[in-house]
Amino acid sequence: MSDIPNPAAPIADPRGASLLVQDGRTKRRNASEGRFKLYGIVAIAIGLLMLLTLLFTIISRGTGAFQQTYVTLSVPLLEEKLDKNGNRDLAEIKKVSTFGYAPLTKAAFEAKIAESGIETSLKPKAMADLLSKDAAAQLRDYVVANPDLIGSTVEFEFLTNSRVDGYLKGRVSRESIANDKNINAAQLDLVDALIADGSLQKRLNLNFITGADASDARPEAAGMGVAMLGSFAMMLVVLVLALPIGVAASIYLEEFAPKNWITDIIEVNISNLAAVPSIVFGILGLAVFINYMHLPNSAPLVGGLVLTLMTLPTIIISTRASLKSVPPSIRDAALGVGASKMQSVFHHVLPLAAPGILTGTIIGLAQALGETAPLLLIGMVGFIASNPPESIAEGLMAPNSAMPAQIYEWAKRADPAFYERAWGGIIILLVFLISMNAIAVLLRRRFERRW
Amino acid sequence: MSLAKLTTSALAIAAVSATAAAARDQVQVAGSSTVLPYASIVAEAFGENFDFPTPVVESGGSSAGLKRFCEGVGENTIDVANASRQIKEAEVAACAENGVTDIIEVRIGYDGIVFASDINGNSFEFTPTDWYKALSAKVVVDGEVAENPYTTWDQVNPDFPAQPIQAFIPGTKHGTREVFEEKVILAGCEATGDFETFLEAAEGDKKAAEKECISLRSDGKSVDIDGDYTETLARIESNQDGIGVFGLAFYENNTDKLQVATMGGVEPTTESIASGDYPVSRPLFFYVKKAHIGVIPGLKEYAEFFVADEVAGPDGPLAEYGLVSDPELAETQSVVTDETVMGGGS
Repeated sequence: MSDIPNPAAPIADPRGASLLVQDGRTKRRNASEGRFKLYGIVAIAIGLLMLLTLLFTIISRGTGAFQQTYVTLSVPLLEEKLDKNGNRDLAEIKKVSTFGYAPLTKAAFEAKIAESGIETSLKPKAMADLLSKDAAAQLRDYVVANPDLIGSTVEFEFLTNSRVDGYLKGRVSRESIANDKNINAAQLDLVDALIADGSLQKRLNLNFITGADASDARPEAAGMGVAMLGSFAMMLVVLVLALPIGVAASIYLEEFAPKNWITDIIEVNISNLAAVPSIVFGILGLAVFINYMHLPNSAPLVGGLVLTLMTLPTIIISTRASLKSVPPSIRDAALGVGASKMQSVFHHVLPLAAPGILTGTIIGLAQALGETAPLLLIGMVGFIASNPPESIAEGLMAPNSAMPAQIYEWAKRADPAFYERAWGGIIILLVFLISMNAIAVLLRRRFERRW
Repeated sequence: MSLAKLTTSALAIAAVSATAAAARDQVQVAGSSTVLPYASIVAEAFGENFDFPTPVVESGGSSAGLKRFCEGVGENTIDVANASRQIKEAEVAACAENGVTDIIEVRIGYDGIVFASDINGNSFEFTPTDWYKALSAKVVVDGEVAENPYTTWDQVNPDFPAQPIQAFIPGTKHGTREVFEEKVILAGCEATGDFETFLEAAEGDKKAAEKECISLRSDGKSVDIDGDYTETLARIESNQDGIGVFGLAFYENNTDKLQVATMGGVEPTTESIASGDYPVSRPLFFYVKKAHIGVIPGLKEYAEFFVADEVAGPDGPLAEYGLVSDPELAETQSVVTDETVMGGGS
């Protein structure tokens, strides 16, 4: 008995330390835990800093694209220039090209300067150069749409050229134009005078969100709208094809397929496909859809098909995961009251898995929306997004670009004004991606059930 | 069964689109990224002034464009290929093999190739010899063919500052590269007399000697840029010692970031290029598939509009953007109007 220690006595510690006083080893362990926490905090801080820098850069460089400089001019629509015979025949009016309209804007600009009493040594040609090349096109479109107004004087808001716009946005300064043949100091003096006069101002540019791409001669007129429609058409194709195919494939694999080596191989391959670089799907699309099936070049339908291939594995994997998370007791209960296998799946399992499936689909779509690489190979990059489609079929078949492809295209062009638009385009694209992800999160929060 | 509904609607859309695929109503253009800005300016104005839809212009490089052009005749092939060099015989043969026999060659004007460096860096006055000595893989030193020993510009030409050699030149898929090799490197090779040495070494084989001249060093002093001029510009902005090869139009749009070097004592401007004083310029072309005229609406009108005086003439929007207009434009216009195909009689 004597070798049994007295339970009331404290347990003898060989190192003689108390619980309240830390010994060296505990201190080291605690210190290393503290260091680990610090590493984690530093890592997160770096990540946040990067994110903030990215957001700051995008927003500071891109917001300029949402504003544009306009000048207000009253243009007399001279009958002798626009409709020589005076019979208001639309076919004859259309024969006057934009080159025929340019003198009208020039004269209007000259009249404006004379009327507001601004003194300048500039020739009328140099004054009119401050206007965008788009002005003549805008005027012609207006006259073709309203031939009755020929002979009257109409007030227009014209875009100014990208250098003037850059001057108002601080991109172009009096120092930087020393070697620039597109604008000179006298023209900037005139711009200053017009600003003081109130007829030249920077305002919201809706055309950037709704408009079509523009050529290198007039970056100020370029917009994202048509490329956006191209992206929507592609998303439609992806949704219509990838969702039913993906869900059907996952239901079969998860609920019906026998477990054997064939299904194992299929499973492994689906996981592998999800990791295949998207450019590979682009080459596949070029070879199969365009060269073999003779679908048209640059069509959003082809883009959509390629992105469907890319999105399918993502959708299948997330659908299978959400089917798996439905507890077997639900299936057993359905089967127990006499439902067939199919009834148990479609009446009970699928509705419970639906939020997860939708979330996976939306995330897959968001991924596809931001994809550029495969579009390079099927001809969706270039000066393409210039014709707004008139119907859904045309939207699918007529050549079009997509938002990320349009951004890439703008970033390549020579004029610095396009660079600003590329950043602006990134803002639009990010708004779409963030809202899609937000919808996915909301759906999951709202409908997901946990067991 | 919403699933079944979705599938049927998918099939319906596919069916609708299949019928829409039967007719293409816009001109499709692809090719040189140098011609792209001009082609897009024309396409935009064409779409505005005619009742045809705006043509679609893709880039990708002259060779890539001509390859697609030669893929065959039919609505899923392109109608027009832009090129910053003339079509090669091998490409004409490849075209013919695929049934593209009648090709209309249209020269739209000239473009200068300029050498530019960062605006805050040193300025240069080059001759082709300098570039050959700086960039060729092998040069003749003291009568012996040797690996290029030069690392700074002052070794190449004592008038230059001691700035490390760092050149950003267009990659091999660009038409600009060929002009650069032929009009700068080869010209320099011949001017230094190195060509004779190479010719002797190659035992009178001219082709081999030329190849020897234009093979560029691969030790990182000369960097091929496969992308566009914006990439070259970005490289120069991050490396002040860099000197890049640009198109004249691109330089003129970025004069706040770049300074241009003279070549052979001539400053590149549209005037000096038009007069032929500036040595490094090249014609720009587009090629039209005659078989598509009358099938694709607007194709001939587009080609005619492209070379019309008010577009490609000296006061037109193309010249304003940087194209050096062709003094023989009237001839080109008649080629397009008469649909004269390449190779004379055929």
